[in-house]
Amino acid sequence: MFNFGQWTAAFNNWLMGLGTPEWLGITIECVLIAVLILLTYTVLALFYILYERKLCAWFQCRLGPMRVGPWGLLQVFADMFKILIKELISLKDTDRFLFKLAPYIIITSSVVMLACLPWGNGLQIINWNIGIFFVLAVSSVGVLGILLAGWASNNKYTLIGAMRSGAQMVSYELSLGLSIITIVVMAGTMNINELVLEQANGWFIFKGHIPAIIACIIYIIAATAETNRGPFDLPEAEHELTAGYHTEYSGIHFGFFYLAEYLNLFIVSGIASLMFLGGWMPLHIPGWDGFNMVMNWIPSIVWFVGKAFFISFVIIWFKWTFPRVRIDQMLSFEWKYLMPFSLANLLLMTLCVAFGWHF
Amino acid sequence: MTREDFKDNEYIDKLVEELNATGANVMVGKMDDLINWGRANSLWPLCFGTSCCAIEFMSLGAARYDMARFGFEVARNSPRQADYIMVQGTIVHRMAPVMRRLYEQVAEPKYVIACGGCAVSGGPFKKSYCVVNGVDEILPVDVYIPGCPPRPEAMFYGLMQLQRKIKVERFFGGANRKEKIEEFFKEHPEEKGHIG
Amino acid sequence: MSDIKEKISKVCPSATFEEGENLLVNVPEKDWYGFAKKLKEDRELDFDVLSAVVGMDWKDSVGVLYYLTSTSHNWDMITVKVVCENRDDAYIHSVSDLWKVANFQEREVYDFFGIKFINHPDMRRFFLRNDWVGHPLRKDYDADPKLNPIRLDDEINEDDTCTYVEENGEIVKKPGKVFGENDYVVNIGPQHPSTHGVMRFRTAVDGEEVKKVDVVSGYIHRGIEKLCEDLTYPQILHFTDRMDYMSAHQNRHCLCMCIEKALGLEVPRRAQVIRVMMDELMRISSHLLSFGCTAMDLGATTAFFYGFRERELVLDIFEKTCGARMSMNYNVIGGVIADLHPDFVKDVKHLIEIMPSRLKEYHDVFSNNLIAKNRLVGVGILPKEDAINYDITGPSGRGSHWSCDCRKKHPYSIYPELKFEEVLMDGCDSYSRYMVRMKEIEQSISILAQLVDNIPEGDIRCQVPKIIKLPAGRWYQQVEASRGTFGVYIESDGNKNPFRVHFQSPCFNLVGVMDLCCTGNMIADLITIGAALDFVIPDIDR
Repeated sequence: MFNFGQWTAAFNNWLMGLGTPEWLGITIECVLIAVLILLTYTVLALFYILYERKLCAWFQCRLGPMRVGPWGLLQVFADMFKILIKELISLKDTDRFLFKLAPYIIITSSVVMLACLPWGNGLQIINWNIGIFFVLAVSSVGVLGILLAGWASNNKYTLIGAMRSGAQMVSYELSLGLSIITIVVMAGTMNINELVLEQANGWFIFKGHIPAIIACIIYIIAATAETNRGPFDLPEAEHELTAGYHTEYSGIHFGFFYLAEYLNLFIVSGIASLMFLGGWMPLHIPGWDGFNMVMNWIPSIVWFVGKAFFISFVIIWFKWTFPRVRIDQMLSFEWKYLMPFSLANLLLMTLCVAFGWHF
Repeated sequence: MTREDFKDNEYIDKLVEELNATGANVMVGKMDDLINWGRANSLWPLCFGTSCCAIEFMSLGAARYDMARFGFEVARNSPRQADYIMVQGTIVHRMAPVMRRLYEQVAEPKYVIACGGCAVSGGPFKKSYCVVNGVDEILPVDVYIPGCPPRPEAMFYGLMQLQRKIKVERFFGGANRKEKIEEFFKEHPEEKGHIG
Repeated sequence: MSDIKEKISKVCPSATFEEGENLLVNVPEKDWYGFAKKLKEDRELDFDVLSAVVGMDWKDSVGVLYYLTSTSHNWDMITVKVVCENRDDAYIHSVSDLWKVANFQEREVYDFFGIKFINHPDMRRFFLRNDWVGHPLRKDYDADPKLNPIRLDDEINEDDTCTYVEENGEIVKKPGKVFGENDYVVNIGPQHPSTHGVMRFRTAVDGEEVKKVDVVSGYIHRGIEKLCEDLTYPQILHFTDRMDYMSAHQNRHCLCMCIEKALGLEVPRRAQVIRVMMDELMRISSHLLSFGCTAMDLGATTAFFYGFRERELVLDIFEKTCGARMSMNYNVIGGVIADLHPDFVKDVKHLIEIMPSRLKEYHDVFSNNLIAKNRLVGVGILPKEDAINYDITGPSGRGSHWSCDCRKKHPYSIYPELKFEEVLMDGCDSYSRYMVRMKEIEQSISILAQLVDNIPEGDIRCQVPKIIKLPAGRWYQQVEASRGTFGVYIESDGNKNPFRVHFQSPCFNLVGVMDLCCTGNMIADLITIGAALDFVIPDIDR
């Protein structure tokens, strides 16, 4: 399988070959990577906005955006231009600094998470031995932004939205973490690259059978809640709190919330594909060498993005179909059912690993 | 409706003429075009309906008419994030200050569409003791859509006229629109006991 | 209840009687409260429903007409007339502690006529701004726009209320506050996606729990009742389409029937059948919208689009025959305005054919969804006694197992000949209200199926005089609109325009139970309860 590492290594050699000092070379590479991440971020977010709008239209017997550009492709660009030049309203009696800080915290946390994803064979920016643990840690920073946004707006709706979101994200992080740990127990590593390589002879969802499937379902539920999407979109709860925690934001500040919401969807789908569906690893079936060869011809980046899109599709599907749950139902669902269940599942997985019941 | 009929709008033609008379340089003009293209194609409505017209607006969003095709579907409930207010229904005295405040909460650039007979002129309730005879008594209106309630097709027509109007706007230099709005508010001050 | 006069004379010797459409009892103000208590509590009288409260200004005096119904005595109706001779300082005892529905009704009367109600807990204006000058439905109201200009400043002292009490024979005004000092009041509306229009709920919350809901109405109050007094009878018809626009046909049917009753007109059978079919189509369209909005308010957006998909079919039928999708203006005095479109029968048959499968689809996507059930079941409990006391009719009342269908209780038009069930559910919660609507669609479909092949030939309207003048008198007519019992009261002095028109709208009562249903529930439940009660704001405000 083609390794993108060759390209990056070649670029590095070329840069060093020019006689650049090492510190400068690293700086140039860092800047380039930062630009690349931001570009990917924007393009993906725009794509996701269109993706969701088109998908939900099809669920609802509609056509979705189709008049601006071919198949409505330019629709999101129009939205972008407009949001960029829309007025930023500054409010009376608010904490200006915190009010303006909040969207940046949210967007930063999701950009950092994006940087950790294994895009393809050799296409990975940070490769630590605690990779997945780091992702989990960074994902919790987002809630701070939401809380700040709700608090600093000095509005009752935003405050209620922020409080809901605080309660929700802190609770569901437990299940999210537990379901990931279930897989970590099986893989024996937290290094993202190794996690992918472990799945070369079968994705974890097949290798770990029952406990892995349970963990996958729990992960998708918890991830939906983490990204504040329906049926867990209580912090925004359009029909209760007008726009929830970002009610008072306009212009590009609102744009940040809007982009981050969609990008977080990609990120949680990406992590799901990493943990359960093999990341960029093609579908390999032990013994079927010819089949595996064909699968290897599909570039790894296509595998990763394709899997992420598929999981997003599922999440978008139930967002538009299910009604919203109520705050008490949501919390009791997590604490009474989901978390005990994921603890039991973790135990089951540990037993499986200890007795070698997995493939 | 034929294309010629659709393009037949004296008001906008006059606006274009006025703008062309003052002239603009090419670079700025191109930037303006791009920005206006973005604004015109991304009109997010504020969910605001008082009566029957609001139901027709819901039909406009539903499957048969599907305003999502033109990118109008991202209805925002928070005025801060909306681009235009489509006043659907009668505005009465008690609602007037709320309406004005809603308008002020919308971020620039903002547009107002008076949709339906009541919002245009007071409609069948014109003679009532507490009906505002047309929302243009309290807000600067960009497009009027008559009807009781207007059909979804009529609403589309109105929205497209608004798009046309936006496309001939100026972002850089000669902010003709803003001046007009300021003029409007000078004529309609927000003081106690003001008569529309 | 033929001996009603004797019974009433026994409990209230000072009462005098007038015969008319139904028995009218004149009661002096000083005896009114005691009499009302007897009317409600005496088992032999047992007038448990206050159907309508009509404020009146007879130029030399003001007063109130109370329309009372007894559910246990064959839904008999009587009218009680209470008059105040002193126009400028009119007081009547409040009956809001006997019939809770009177709470908002009396506030409306105070707003329109300036009659103050003694012992009413919350004597504020209901529709108009609290700094409004004058009471608009009084005959001596000064309509000078200088007195009531368009004010662009906010209303101040919104929290102030007052009560009038009797102390040592004198009437004293006692000021009060709506909310306590420590209440955390969240303002829901008037511009809010889930209030279904411009309704405003000032909600005191404790965390997520609702403590009290204060309904602030009037953001779409257009003064229809006053406008009617200056117009001729055919001219007032079009207002009915614009009150509850989702019951346009039924409301207009009601007004036409009231005028036809006064004129003694016989409507041709073809027109009767067409009217009933249109009523039922309207009911289907209304319930479909209600289904969609309930789903959307709860967050299930896709279900909303399914509901609207079928609603378009109904609107097509309307458009072909009436010429408009909404505000059809179809019923006229004496019949209907235009004959059926040739496609009518075919289109209705198509609708009858597809609806059962579509209803199944709705149940699959929404009604049987676990989350939807958790959100709806047991939320917003309204016991049957309260439903009767607050006069919650229509699907919402039937969701509390109160058999209150006007088509059965006060049969009108050709309904007595039709076979249909009155859908009753005993959950008393939002889910029951919602399911009653879904089942009523089936019933409406069955009514349409009975009629679609039996539309008789004949005239579509009868001969009516060129200038319609009603004889002096008063008439009250009720129909079953999509949301409950809709009533029209007309008082005529023999002229070509009415002396007084009052519309008794079902949604007005529905919004009255918001406080009762929401208290103790969560903020999210307020939205659910509102969606399941399914009120239409222009119908409340008129």
